[in-house]
Amino acid sequence: MNFEHLELSELRKLLDTKQVTSVQLTEYFLARIEKLNPELNAFITVCRDEALAEARVADDYINSPGDNPFLCGIPFAAKDLFNTKGVRTTASSKILDNYISPYDSTVIAKLREQKAVLIGKTNLDQFAHGSSTETSFYGATKNPWDVLRIPGGSSGGSAAAVAAGMVPWALGTETGGSIRQPSSLCGVSGWKPTYGRVSRYGVIAMASSLDSPGAHAGSVADLINLANVISGQDPKDSTTGDKIADFRLQIADLKGIRVGVPRQYFVEGMQEEVKQRVLEATKELARLGAELVEVDLPHTKYGSLVYAIVAPAEIASNLSRYDGIRYGHVTGDAKSLLEVYEKSRAEGFGDEAKRRIMTGTYVLSAGYYDAYYKRAQKVRRLIIDEFAEVFKQVDVLVAPSSPNVAVKLGKAADDPLFSYIADQLNIPSSLAGLPALSIPCGFVRPQDGETPSMDGLPVGMQIIGPQWGEQKVFDVGLAYQANTDWHKKYPNL
Amino acid sequence: MLTKEEVVKLATLARIELTETEVEKFQRELSTVLDYVEELQQVNIDGVEEVSQVTGLVNVQRSDVAVLASNVDAIKGQAPELKDGYYKVKAIL
Repeated sequence: MNFEHLELSELRKLLDTKQVTSVQLTEYFLARIEKLNPELNAFITVCRDEALAEARVADDYINSPGDNPFLCGIPFAAKDLFNTKGVRTTASSKILDNYISPYDSTVIAKLREQKAVLIGKTNLDQFAHGSSTETSFYGATKNPWDVLRIPGGSSGGSAAAVAAGMVPWALGTETGGSIRQPSSLCGVSGWKPTYGRVSRYGVIAMASSLDSPGAHAGSVADLINLANVISGQDPKDSTTGDKIADFRLQIADLKGIRVGVPRQYFVEGMQEEVKQRVLEATKELARLGAELVEVDLPHTKYGSLVYAIVAPAEIASNLSRYDGIRYGHVTGDAKSLLEVYEKSRAEGFGDEAKRRIMTGTYVLSAGYYDAYYKRAQKVRRLIIDEFAEVFKQVDVLVAPSSPNVAVKLGKAADDPLFSYIADQLNIPSSLAGLPALSIPCGFVRPQDGETPSMDGLPVGMQIIGPQWGEQKVFDVGLAYQANTDWHKKYPNL
Repeated sequence: MLTKEEVVKLATLARIELTETEVEKFQRELSTVLDYVEELQQVNIDGVEEVSQVTGLVNVQRSDVAVLASNVDAIKGQAPELKDGYYKVKAIL
């Protein structure tokens, strides 16, 4: 029997009815990883022994009387930004190459409580800086639809692993597009939570005012079930909100739902066919009863500019902790304490991290702070207010998750603006802390050469809601997937 | 365009040693990023309050209670160099 690409509720049923054991499931996915990872490079670390031990514990639990937690015995992967006790946690960087985490992030602790099985840690852009996974110290992940193309990023390893059926679902994180864009490029469903919905505790920090841990899976139904597990206020993350996550998983029509279609998200310079696929998807939503409303978000064009200041500023602060003294890479070649810092960081950080640290240092330095950082945080306010205004007219917004389908590997390496442009449609809502889904909505042939995939490459549509408005976003996504099968197309591997 | 001296100063502030070639590379690349964000100077921000917390939380505090950590050895075990249970650093005097 094949277990890849089954919904989590189906896996739950198979486990509960003893048609399969957690050990068998875990061995099955370990074998998929062993077969596919040499080519796709989606995993940095595979925890075979730990996973099998956890699976045996899950099986014991399942065999004892009483109900099982929803994720009990089901394998999952975590982006290698989540601290996992006793398991190497690298952030895809040389500086943390040998780092064994001494503690669990809150999200991982919640999953351990469920007796979910951590099967491995997935590849990402170094410290989540990027939109292609090409800045990883361990080499780029390949898109399962076309191994000559990027999977997107920074959660590219997680999205590719789910797309390739190497794992039923995977944790990702988003700061400005890092869940939505790779979900879109790999043809999977991804959830970027409201900022503060899911705890950041123990997730290696990129830009703390934006970082949102979330998930990639095969369907919106899966994501709703996962949201009910990983959400919640955390005393260890004071920016988490007190909203209770008890999301409904009920397919309904969309009568009475107003879907905003923002003009600024369908502009020139984007791949025309991508826009067409998403507009076709909005017609499907209308057929299901939703009312389409054209709306304006004129500050959209400033989003990436604000982000290009705010994110590096927070990165420069967060990455100052890597000093070669308490953990991580230390130079073998220093004569003074200052040299320990300067050489350890020079050797341990990749070019993208260095670029962002120095950009951040510049915009925060005396004399430039007002002109850059403070101004950016004011424009960010305008973006937040503009969204809030639009959400008085509509329930959700729908737009492409990425301006184009997956491009070829190698394009991002020497372009310091690559990710700011790749994520221009995700960044504004991330700056505003909004929740969103990216779900598959069709296929398009790429503009830059051929692709082996018969249908072309996957296109993703994002559904954005107001802060804490996940339920409406999930309702729309669930209704769409109940009436279409784009999320059930898988790469030929 | 940033000057080489500015890049060197930034690298010193950020505690990252750069080679001569890297100074030139980052001079170009950082300038590209700073040019990119220049358009922000045109936005009218009169009377706009800057964002400090995106969902509007203010001064979240917890009670000041010590919690026992059971993983002290695992934490210290990550240090490149320990001596007598203390982190070892180069002399600073």
